[in-house]
Amino acid sequence: MIKLFSLKQQKKDGEAAPRAGNQKKASAAQLRITKDIHELNLPKTCIVDFPDPDDLLNFKLIIYPDEGFYRGGRFTFSFKVGQMYPHEPPKVKCETPVYHPNIDLEGNVCLNILREDWKPVLTINSIIYGLQYLFLEPNPEDPLNKEAAEVLQNNRRLFEQNVQKAMRGGYVGSVYFDRCLK
Amino acid sequence: MGLGGPYGTCLSRLNTTQLMLSNDDRSAVADCKNSQKAAVDSTNIIRRWQNIQKILRRAGPFCHPDFDVGQNTFEFLRKVKVLVIGAGGLGCEILKNLAMMGFGNLHIIDMDTIDLSNLNRQFLFRLKDVGRPKAEVAAEFIRKRVANCNVKPYYMKIQDLDQEFYRSFNLIVCGLDSISARRWVNGMLLSILTCDGMDNEIDVSSVIPMVDGGTEGFKGNLRVILPGLTPCIDCTIDLYPPQTTYPLCTLANTPRLPEHCVEYVKLVLWPKENPWDKNAPLDGDDPMHISWVYEKSMERAYQYGITGLNYRLVQGIVKNIIPAVASTNATIAAACVTEAFKLVTNCCLPLSNQMIFNDVDGIYCYSYTMDMKEDCVSCSNHAKNLEVKSSMTLNDLIKHLCENPSYQFDSPAVMAYVEGRLKTLYMPNIPSIEAATRVNLKKSLAELGLQHKSEIAVADKTSPSTVTFSLLFISAK
Ligand SMILES: [Zn+2]
Repeated sequence: MIKLFSLKQQKKDGEAAPRAGNQKKASAAQLRITKDIHELNLPKTCIVDFPDPDDLLNFKLIIYPDEGFYRGGRFTFSFKVGQMYPHEPPKVKCETPVYHPNIDLEGNVCLNILREDWKPVLTINSIIYGLQYLFLEPNPEDPLNKEAAEVLQNNRRLFEQNVQKAMRGGYVGSVYFDRCLK
Repeated sequence: MGLGGPYGTCLSRLNTTQLMLSNDDRSAVADCKNSQKAAVDSTNIIRRWQNIQKILRRAGPFCHPDFDVGQNTFEFLRKVKVLVIGAGGLGCEILKNLAMMGFGNLHIIDMDTIDLSNLNRQFLFRLKDVGRPKAEVAAEFIRKRVANCNVKPYYMKIQDLDQEFYRSFNLIVCGLDSISARRWVNGMLLSILTCDGMDNEIDVSSVIPMVDGGTEGFKGNLRVILPGLTPCIDCTIDLYPPQTTYPLCTLANTPRLPEHCVEYVKLVLWPKENPWDKNAPLDGDDPMHISWVYEKSMERAYQYGITGLNYRLVQGIVKNIIPAVASTNATIAAACVTEAFKLVTNCCLPLSNQMIFNDVDGIYCYSYTMDMKEDCVSCSNHAKNLEVKSSMTLNDLIKHLCENPSYQFDSPAVMAYVEGRLKTLYMPNIPSIEAATRVNLKKSLAELGLQHKSEIAVADKTSPSTVTFSLLFISAK
């Protein structure tokens, strides 16, 4: 049985004045993200970019799909990893305007592991594979962009044309998309 | 020695006659200018601790083997330095209980001010106090009510105080309402741990126990954490209920519940359409913000034929309000302070190491022992000592870690806290970071800004989590 308070030894006198936080140790989130990033095993269609190599909590992912509807495009996602990571998932947004049933025009992404199905055992790598899969297999069943989902469901040719139009830069319906072809 | 010591005779008399002072006390009082008042004060003080003294002056079968029967323990209780984190529903109860149990050196921190809606359960506050800092009002109240109890308030965030500050306490009692704040305190206490010499055993004198209470409606829980020795908050973080999240596509296209409408407005419409600054965070305490969310949510509910939405629900979701029940807070705070008392006085073995309480339907209470999680990122991670020379290069250090038989890393990434911020010293597998940090390999540890006792974090695929080391500089021979 450990005795924590021995009466003679314990003396914590002296007022420690409140001072500005001066952290000396990496937080649990930082330790975990270091491991996640160090062990990234990226598909060849993805690269990650760290604007500040000392800050592993904020970075970009760029996906270059090499097959499917989005082949030839270049799509950037921003990752913001919070101090609750991995208890909470990172915040991921698509920064490239894209005509996609599961990504809305504000860049919100409907991917189950980014919200309701996130678990702390998942890693940044799991999310990257999930995002890559969205470009190979857009899923009209869980739409965020309802119009795009309806077109994909009813007329795959038209959907393909719309994706091409958007990636070359231009209007699909009333929405303008920036060019994102490589 | 039984009932000896300065208060001994006095106490025994107090039991029979009403209030009599010992000879010593009597002469002290006579010297006093305001003798009548002083007499009342000192008799009150003696009487106040009468029952506490009864516990501390008798040994019993449940005592810690090291229980020190006698006056020393009581005197220690009067001066042991305790930090209460949170001055809300739970914090007010905890502070009051500590003061009434004989703790005499209390410190309380809270970043909030008093809101009208707090008054039904945060009983240290009155109507006139609305708008004032909780920590300050709570401290004033206790100082006024319990003579000779020192309470020092800190009206700030827990993150505004550093390791030096937290290290100065003997014990920490938390009455918090957020998991992230608990994790922060947990991480801080783990970071204070030091190891003994080269065998890397935790130095017990660096352990600051944390008693953590939590309530949610009619449910409550309590944990006693000896950082580094028993399971920490992160060991068992999976036990906390996950926040309710709804699939984004449901929110966007097939909302069915009033909650779906509010979440959609909060997540999608707020950043896009809020009439304030585009980057303004949604502030649950700003009635204008709540009204805006309420109106947009009503529109959406109407559009999808959803009923049951009202202003209170919107406020509850945006502020993430958990209903608070005063009796649950009182129960959990009482248990917290009992544990604090046991830890400090050794009069009884402390709880090992969790208790849950539930009085939704009858009263259910259960305590049990959790195990530490072997690969817990936080507590398996107290820094191991590593002897190095300050002249060695980062490359030498990495080679040393790979060749050292206890570690045998393969291709590690190294991070370090230098001048108050985390830096990536080297990370081989990410091309852009590798290119930016390659230059560090040739620099000496001293040139990189590392000092004696600096900590480095090392990630490698051979280890399930990032490992931290405390560098011990040995003189170059
Ligand atoms: Zn742990």
